[in-house]
Amino acid sequence: MLDVKNIYKTFNPGTVNEKTALRGVSLHLEDGDFVTVIGGNGAGKSTLLNAVAGTWLVDEGSISIGGVDVTHLPEHKRAKYIGRVFQDPMMGTAATMQIEENLALAARRGKGRTLRRGIAREERENYRELLKILDLGLEDRLTTKVGLLSGGQRQALTLLMATLQRPDLLLLDEHTAALDPKTAAKVLDATERIVNKDKLTTLMITHNMKDAIIHGNRLIMMYDGQIVLDISGEDKKKLTVEDLLAKFGQATGSDEADDKLLLG
Amino acid sequence: MGSFIGALPGAVSQGLIWGIMAIGVYITYKILDVADLTVDGSFCTGGAVFVMLFAAQVPVPVALLAAFGAGLLAGLATGLLHTFCGIPAILSGILTQLGLWSVNLAIMGMKANVSINVNDEANLNRLWVSLRFVSSVADGKMPFYRHPIVVVGVFTIAVIAVLYWFFGTELGSALRATGANGNMARAQGINTNVTKVLGLMISNGLVALSGALLSQYQSFADASMGRGAIVIGLAAVIIGEVVFSRLFRNFALNLLAVSFGAIIYYVVIQAVISLSDINTNYLKLISAAIVAIFLTVPYWKGRFFSKPVKRGGAANA
Repeated sequence: MLDVKNIYKTFNPGTVNEKTALRGVSLHLEDGDFVTVIGGNGAGKSTLLNAVAGTWLVDEGSISIGGVDVTHLPEHKRAKYIGRVFQDPMMGTAATMQIEENLALAARRGKGRTLRRGIAREERENYRELLKILDLGLEDRLTTKVGLLSGGQRQALTLLMATLQRPDLLLLDEHTAALDPKTAAKVLDATERIVNKDKLTTLMITHNMKDAIIHGNRLIMMYDGQIVLDISGEDKKKLTVEDLLAKFGQATGSDEADDKLLLG
Repeated sequence: MGSFIGALPGAVSQGLIWGIMAIGVYITYKILDVADLTVDGSFCTGGAVFVMLFAAQVPVPVALLAAFGAGLLAGLATGLLHTFCGIPAILSGILTQLGLWSVNLAIMGMKANVSINVNDEANLNRLWVSLRFVSSVADGKMPFYRHPIVVVGVFTIAVIAVLYWFFGTELGSALRATGANGNMARAQGINTNVTKVLGLMISNGLVALSGALLSQYQSFADASMGRGAIVIGLAAVIIGEVVFSRLFRNFALNLLAVSFGAIIYYVVIQAVISLSDINTNYLKLISAAIVAIFLTVPYWKGRFFSKPVKRGGAANA
């Protein structure tokens, strides 16, 4: 489904702030793969997701989604294939617009915007049903401005928006990191349900090693702009946090269990 | 006091005309979240195009439409400078505004001021709105529906109706999303460059239409007629918001509030002129001060008088 081939990205080249964030990353995702991504701060996790989403273009390498080469497509054109949930709950929704307006915008992802009505009457019923799945009481608040919702509610709504129209690829960038543990668990639970129901090909960054192990059928670890570990199938099911830390030490050649990685 | 009441219908008429411009400003400043300074130039562009076409015996509706079209082009110029050339929005607007100074003079045949001769009965009869009609209606020489307040009022309602419809469509929603959260808009596949250009075009189209109505009302176009227009527009937007935000929630009513804001602004200015012997050259300073004060108050209120945030999240977070 996703084919990333040997991509490189350097920010601020030629300046004192030069930072090579991706060094030859290659990654292939099969249809229906749910891959969790872990790694310390600055390892290149978010950069990898942004590269796929098209926030900017990569310096080298190629990216294709479902057989379509998107390497040179701008962000808004790739949106046709991609659903995204950001780390910042403020980023995925329009605060000054109503819940149903946000959903209606998402329902038209990747389609031309015409002079037809922004929300058709029959859509509302559908949205009400879908919001019930989130179990946050939002189904009765269709016309509430999204800015009045809590971070958790906004993240859950963003998740629903990202998957409202089945995406070829779902990108989750630490989408529970800014939430309190209880809310984070709820949003993660909703994620699991939606991904399983629609068998979505998913790439999920997390700072929480336990989550990375529990969820998905494959786990990759990044370090210094490269993928240093790739575990899937039975091996992943048997994985423990201790294993991961040990493997991190092996892969990076450092014996210090990175506190940042552990505590996230 | 008597002179103030006598001047009131004229002040309201002018306020309504500027209100259409202010609605244009609302689109960029409030919906698109861009401060667009093109306005100071495109307002005159509308006036200049109208007066020249009127003099060439072009029918009034066609001339108004042409003025609107000229405004669209001015907005397009700013939009392309901003998106295609990557120039910050404020600077793009300033560049277009500066360029329009020459363009406006060129439209007016390199004259700084072109007037419509309203002493010519034939000209006067062709006009849709004119300062003269205020007294004509008052004297009973003209039916009430020729009063500028009625004519411009109808224009305003038509503009609000069309905008209300437009911002409810898929495209209009995409435009609103662009202003509300560009990241989200792009993640939903909206080309935010296109929506920004479109918003700037519609805004300046309305500004030019307003300029055309004003030049018709005062029977002349002047190269400097748009100077400070953005400040008047912002004043109208802010006054409308402060006065009516508790009353009006609906989008159409918000636009109406902007129009009312412009009327209040002109009535206040008229009161200052009529009730004191102030030199009218100070009006721009007063306008700037009013806008500065109205922009300061919410900021300070938020900083020092905000209610403490309740601790603990919502139960169903």
